[in-house]
Amino acid sequence: MTKNKKIIATTSLAGCFGCHMSFLDIDERIINLIELVEFNKSPINDIKKFTKHCDIGIIEGGCCNDENIHVLREFRKNCDILISLGECAIMGGLPAMRNGIPLKECLEEAYINGPTVKDVNSQKIIPCDPDIPKILNKVYPCHEIVKIDYFLPGCPPRADLIWNALYALVTGNELLIPYEVFKYD
Amino acid sequence: MSTFVKFIIDGKICLSEEGKQLIEAAKENDIYIPTLCNYPGIPPKGSCRICTVLINNRPATACTTKVTENMDIKTSTPELEDFRKAVIELLFSEGNHFCPSCERSGNCELQALAYRYKIAVSRFPYFFPERSVESWHPKLIKDHNRCILCKRCIRGIKNNDGKTIFAYGRRGQYLEINIDPETSKNISDELAEQAMNICPVGAILVKERGFITPIGKRKYDYNIIGSEIENQ
Amino acid sequence: MGNTINAVIKKYNGDETRLMDILLDIQTELGYISDWTIEQISKALDIPTVEIIQTLSFYHFFHREPKGKYTIYLNDSVVSNFYGKEEVKKVFEEEAGIKFGQVTPDGLIGLFETACIGMSDQEPAALINEQPFPSLTPEKARKIIKMMKEGKSIEDIKGNKYGEGNNSHYLMRSLVNNNIQERGAVIFSDYTPGDAIKKVVKELSSTDIIEEIKKSYLRGRGGAGFPTGLKWEIARKAQGDIKYIFCNADEGEPGTFKDRVILTELPKLVFEGMIIAGYAVGAKYGILYLRNEYRYMREYLEHVLQEMRDDGLLGKFIGGKKGFDFDIRIQCGAGAYVCGEESALIESAEGKRGEPRDRPPFPVESGYLNRPTVVNNVETFCTAVKIILNGAEWYNRMGTKESRGTKVLSVSGDCERPGIYEVEWGFSVNDILRKAGAKTHEVLAVQVGGPSGSCISEKEFNRILAYEDLATGGSLIIIGKKRNLIKDVVLNFQKFFMEESCGSCVPCRVLTVIYKNIIEKIVRGEGRSSDIENLQKWAVFMKNNRCGLGQTATNPTITAIKNFKFIFEESVKNNSENFYSFNENEAVKEYVEIFNKK
Repeated sequence: MTKNKKIIATTSLAGCFGCHMSFLDIDERIINLIELVEFNKSPINDIKKFTKHCDIGIIEGGCCNDENIHVLREFRKNCDILISLGECAIMGGLPAMRNGIPLKECLEEAYINGPTVKDVNSQKIIPCDPDIPKILNKVYPCHEIVKIDYFLPGCPPRADLIWNALYALVTGNELLIPYEVFKYD
Repeated sequence: MSTFVKFIIDGKICLSEEGKQLIEAAKENDIYIPTLCNYPGIPPKGSCRICTVLINNRPATACTTKVTENMDIKTSTPELEDFRKAVIELLFSEGNHFCPSCERSGNCELQALAYRYKIAVSRFPYFFPERSVESWHPKLIKDHNRCILCKRCIRGIKNNDGKTIFAYGRRGQYLEINIDPETSKNISDELAEQAMNICPVGAILVKERGFITPIGKRKYDYNIIGSEIENQ
Repeated sequence: MGNTINAVIKKYNGDETRLMDILLDIQTELGYISDWTIEQISKALDIPTVEIIQTLSFYHFFHREPKGKYTIYLNDSVVSNFYGKEEVKKVFEEEAGIKFGQVTPDGLIGLFETACIGMSDQEPAALINEQPFPSLTPEKARKIIKMMKEGKSIEDIKGNKYGEGNNSHYLMRSLVNNNIQERGAVIFSDYTPGDAIKKVVKELSSTDIIEEIKKSYLRGRGGAGFPTGLKWEIARKAQGDIKYIFCNADEGEPGTFKDRVILTELPKLVFEGMIIAGYAVGAKYGILYLRNEYRYMREYLEHVLQEMRDDGLLGKFIGGKKGFDFDIRIQCGAGAYVCGEESALIESAEGKRGEPRDRPPFPVESGYLNRPTVVNNVETFCTAVKIILNGAEWYNRMGTKESRGTKVLSVSGDCERPGIYEVEWGFSVNDILRKAGAKTHEVLAVQVGGPSGSCISEKEFNRILAYEDLATGGSLIIIGKKRNLIKDVVLNFQKFFMEESCGSCVPCRVLTVIYKNIIEKIVRGEGRSSDIENLQKWAVFMKNNRCGLGQTATNPTITAIKNFKFIFEESVKNNSENFYSFNENEAVKEYVEIFNKK
């Protein structure tokens, strides 16, 4: 039984976990899904490292820091098929709204000048501990970093779209996309 | 007295007044030709190129073509459909179209066309250009990130004296649409509203308005753009 | 300043369709066009400032900030780069102490790059305060900046070694050379101004002229090759009592410079052609649209027009004939290649941004100020005069079946004798290479017809220059084997189209940027073979643009890939499809630098 199950990994890079939440919105169909797939590295089951090669990797979020890049590359290495799930993975999404603003300005606004911080950060500290991932000059869509095989849009993608897509992919059935589930918001 | 002419669109025999804009003539015959820059009642300016069709096997924009007797028009060959898709993708690549945060989402014609063509991602690289949001105007916001430069506002919105309010600036990849501080100074609420509505995307907004219609009730939540014509 | 602005506006009777002239004159007087100036013009003409900015910001020779007492525009064309532009650029930068795109803090010198200025036979060249400085070297560049710092006048900086022929005319005093390498039987044959007009007045009706031109099978020399006689006939029959004749001297196709030489040596031939066209069509007004790069000729050309008026060849009662009235004005452009497209040229002459119009209506039906308008190339008008003088039969004896007569070619690049060649149609590319002294075994490619034409390889050097085979507006850029085709040629041309797109049509506005970026990526060694496939595939979208610029703007890439696939393949061979050009070190550099500084 387990042998035929497709193995799925998921991750959230520069995302808000909304896509994962929407994934869980497939509701009771999750029971059907568990019949068809097995989860490996994923926040859903809290497996932190790949323990085997996977069939499908689902990526939420674009790449805003070097850690995102490393995780994404690791996914590419460990998964046969990669899916960009949601606007952030596909085109940067809301985090990419900073792409037109120099990084320095973004950091200063976030840590020094912004209305919620300017009175409390009197030493004007911008965190830069070596353990903190290094922030990239801009937010990159995932397919600019590695090959992505499928794209499921939405912010978040509708649960029905995720379900239909996964079901089609796992069973080899035709993918049906009703108009109302294909949205960018 | 207007003369009626017979012409063929995708094999279907159509009738309309001679000299009518092809895009409108097609509409009368329940055929939808996608467009972004055309707007009923204002002079056409084939700039988006999405309405490109084949007329006697030569490409031409349906918004700038007038129908004549026996015209043979093809609107949806695979090449034309891929071209339209490409133009929409080019617009998404060129600007900063963050649909989830846009007031116009759900009512946006660019987005609606992308839905119609089921575009999940642009085949072209995203530019992420540096563009500004202008908010100096008392009634309007001009968000250059979202502007697709279709010229609808330039052509369709004039002030009480008939003067230009919107105009192009620069050229090529730096092309932009500017608002004149003088001629736009005393525009009425109605004109501001008109300017917002004539814009196919969320590039012109009336201040302190937005997200009025809840998700699920917006124009294109359940209805494909063009279906109102096709499903007559 | 206010007085200057008002005087200029008065000179043009406050006519907003003369906005180009108004802006050009004001910029000449004041150096640049400030926001304050824009407001004054807006008030005086009663048009919104955005409309003025719409025109002003379209053209790259207009400046809204001071551009320096001395403004240097260094030619960034392909041939200029072949002949050492980078070295000259470096010296200009070092000596002036600024980078290109900047003005010295004291406002003395401004450095800018510009697209082909029509001097490909004498590169590298620059325009300095509108005066051409051809054949620059690093030494000359050093001297020029030194003299600028000494406050010398442009005339002093130019020196007194003027070019041949009329280049030395006291109203031009230009350093440019004609380099006429071969004179043919049509354009550069013997000519006495006024003879054709005399003949017309004596014995020809307007229909006779059109018939003769039709019989000659003359086709437009700008590149598109539309039958001239037919164009004139349509315009003659078009409704309306006011019609216009435009001479398109917006010679912007990189590598082309024949019209510069014709205008320098044979301006009366050009004007006579316009006058005869006016007679044939029933037009009383002519406009010579002169590209800004050739504005140094303007005073001289105005003088020629005055001479013709004095000789009774222009103005009222031309050739003594009652009702034969025709006059010509010169309209200068301000830097926009797309204005070479006839409807964009008309828009520009009307004081607007040079955005091509939707067609129909065609200019012959509704053109300048919505009147029937004939737009022809400089060379076309010249040829028409000779056909009227010598007859269509004479003309038909030259050339090939589809292409009668001669063609003036601009030959440049890697050859011994760059310059102007007037040859009969029907010569092969090889013939021209031989004439120009290019060693065939050292030639990699020939760019025929400029960037909008095609980049051909040795295999096609036996092709014939003619409408039926290799049609061309007349330029051949010879590219030697020592050149890096993708970097030195294709990239330069794609950058050119990106900068010159008017931006109105989506495919042109966006894809020109994408093509330039991908070519750049290939040059950096980061291309993949799928990039080459995409470049070939996506070009089809350009076919649906409104104008010729947009429709041909990916030609540099696709013709080069077609004929030099091996060069492209070689440049991507090290990268598999799994290679992504994203560079992590580059991407975190900004972040690392922010914290290093602290």
